[in-house]
Amino acid sequence: MSELTTPGLAKKKPSIDLLKGILRENPVFTLLLGMCPTLAVTSSAMNGLGMGLSALVVLMASNVTISLLKNLIPDQVRIPAYIVLIASFVTILEMLMKAFLPDLYESLGIFIPLIVVNCIILGRAEAFAAKNTPFASLIDGLSMGLGFAAALTLLGSVREILGEGSLFGYKFIEEEASGILIFILPPGAFITLGFLIALVSHLQKKIIRARR
Amino acid sequence: MDVLSLTVGAMLVNNIVLVQFLGICPFLGVSKRVDTAFGMGAAVMFVMILSTIATYLIQVGVLIPFGLEYLQTIIFILLIAGLVQVVETVLKKISPSLYQSLGIYLPLITTNCAILGVALLVVRSGFGLVEGVLFSLFTSAGFILAMVIFAGLRERLEFSDVPDSMKGAPISLVTAGLLALAFMGFAGIV
Repeated sequence: MSELTTPGLAKKKPSIDLLKGILRENPVFTLLLGMCPTLAVTSSAMNGLGMGLSALVVLMASNVTISLLKNLIPDQVRIPAYIVLIASFVTILEMLMKAFLPDLYESLGIFIPLIVVNCIILGRAEAFAAKNTPFASLIDGLSMGLGFAAALTLLGSVREILGEGSLFGYKFIEEEASGILIFILPPGAFITLGFLIALVSHLQKKIIRARR
Repeated sequence: MDVLSLTVGAMLVNNIVLVQFLGICPFLGVSKRVDTAFGMGAAVMFVMILSTIATYLIQVGVLIPFGLEYLQTIIFILLIAGLVQVVETVLKKISPSLYQSLGIYLPLITTNCAILGVALLVVRSGFGLVEGVLFSLFTSAGFILAMVIFAGLRERLEFSDVPDSMKGAPISLVTAGLLALAFMGFAGIV
C-alpha cells in the first residue's frame, strides 16, 4: 500500500486535532487505507454510514485500550496482542449489531468481521496509540474514525444518488425511473472513488497554493 | 453445487478482487510490475488454501462441538497469523529459493482481508472440505488473474499522459473500474 500513499504519516508532536483525520489526513482520500470496506459496502449512503460508524467504535475502543496497555505489552509480541484486542472489540460489536441492528448486520455481512484486518485500525494502533496518552489516542481514534465515516458516507451518497436517484432511501426521481445502474454495481465503486480522490487532491493542492 | 459452476463462479463471475472487493490493498499496492504481481498472487494462493483447510478443521472440530462459534473472528485471525509465521519459517528452511521469491510478500498476507474473507465465506456457505479447498484454489486463481491483468495495464499507464490530479491512485482506480466492467461480462455464464 505504501507506494500509493502520498503524504505519509508524518511524525510530529501529538496535538489534539480533531480535523486532522477528517480533512488533512483523511484515511480514505489521502492515506488510501481501508479500501476493501470502502469499495464494498458503499452501494448506499446508509450502508456507508453504518460501516463508518462501526469502524469508528472499534477504532476508538482499540486506541484507548492499546494506549492504556502500551507499557504492559512486550515489544516483540505487540502486533499479535493488538490483533487479539481488535478482534475482541469486533466480536463484541458484531454481537451487539446482530441483536439491535439486524438489517444493517445482514447488509454489511462478511465485512463486519473483516474490520479486524482493516489497515486503519492496526495502523493507528501502531502509529499513534502505542506512543501517546489514552486521551490523545481517544481523540485520534475519533478524528480518524469520523474521517473514515465521512468518506464512506460521501462515497455511498454519490453512488446512491447516481445509481438509484435516491439518498438514504428517499427517492427524488420518479418512481418508475431508474438511475444509472452501473454506479451501484462493483465497477461504479472503483470509478466513483477514483474521481473523488482526484477531486480531493485537486482541492488540497488549490488550498495549499492559495495559502502561499 | 457441481464442480464446474463452483470453479467458474469462484474465479470469474464472483472474482474476489473485482466483484467481492477483498484483497484490494495488495491489488493496488503490489501491482506496479507483472512479475511482482504474480509473486504476490502465488503467495496468496499458497496461504489461502492452507488457511481454508486449517480454519475449516478448527470450525468443524472445535468451535461447533463446543458451541464457541462466537469466537470465530478471533480464532481465525490468530490461526492465519500463526500459519503465515509457520509457512515463513518452514519455507526459509526447506526451500530458500521459493522463500526468496515469496518471502517478502508473506508478512503482508496476515492483514490481507482476502484470506480471512475466504475462510469466513467457506464456513458461512456451508461447503464441505473438498468444496472449500476447490473454492479457495479457484478464488485465488481469480486473484492472480486480476492482479496480473491489472499490473499489465499499469505498466502501460506509466507511459501515458494523465491529467495532474488523476495521477497515481485515481487513474489506477478508474482502470480497475473498467476491468471490473469487463469482468461483469462473465455474469451470465453460471
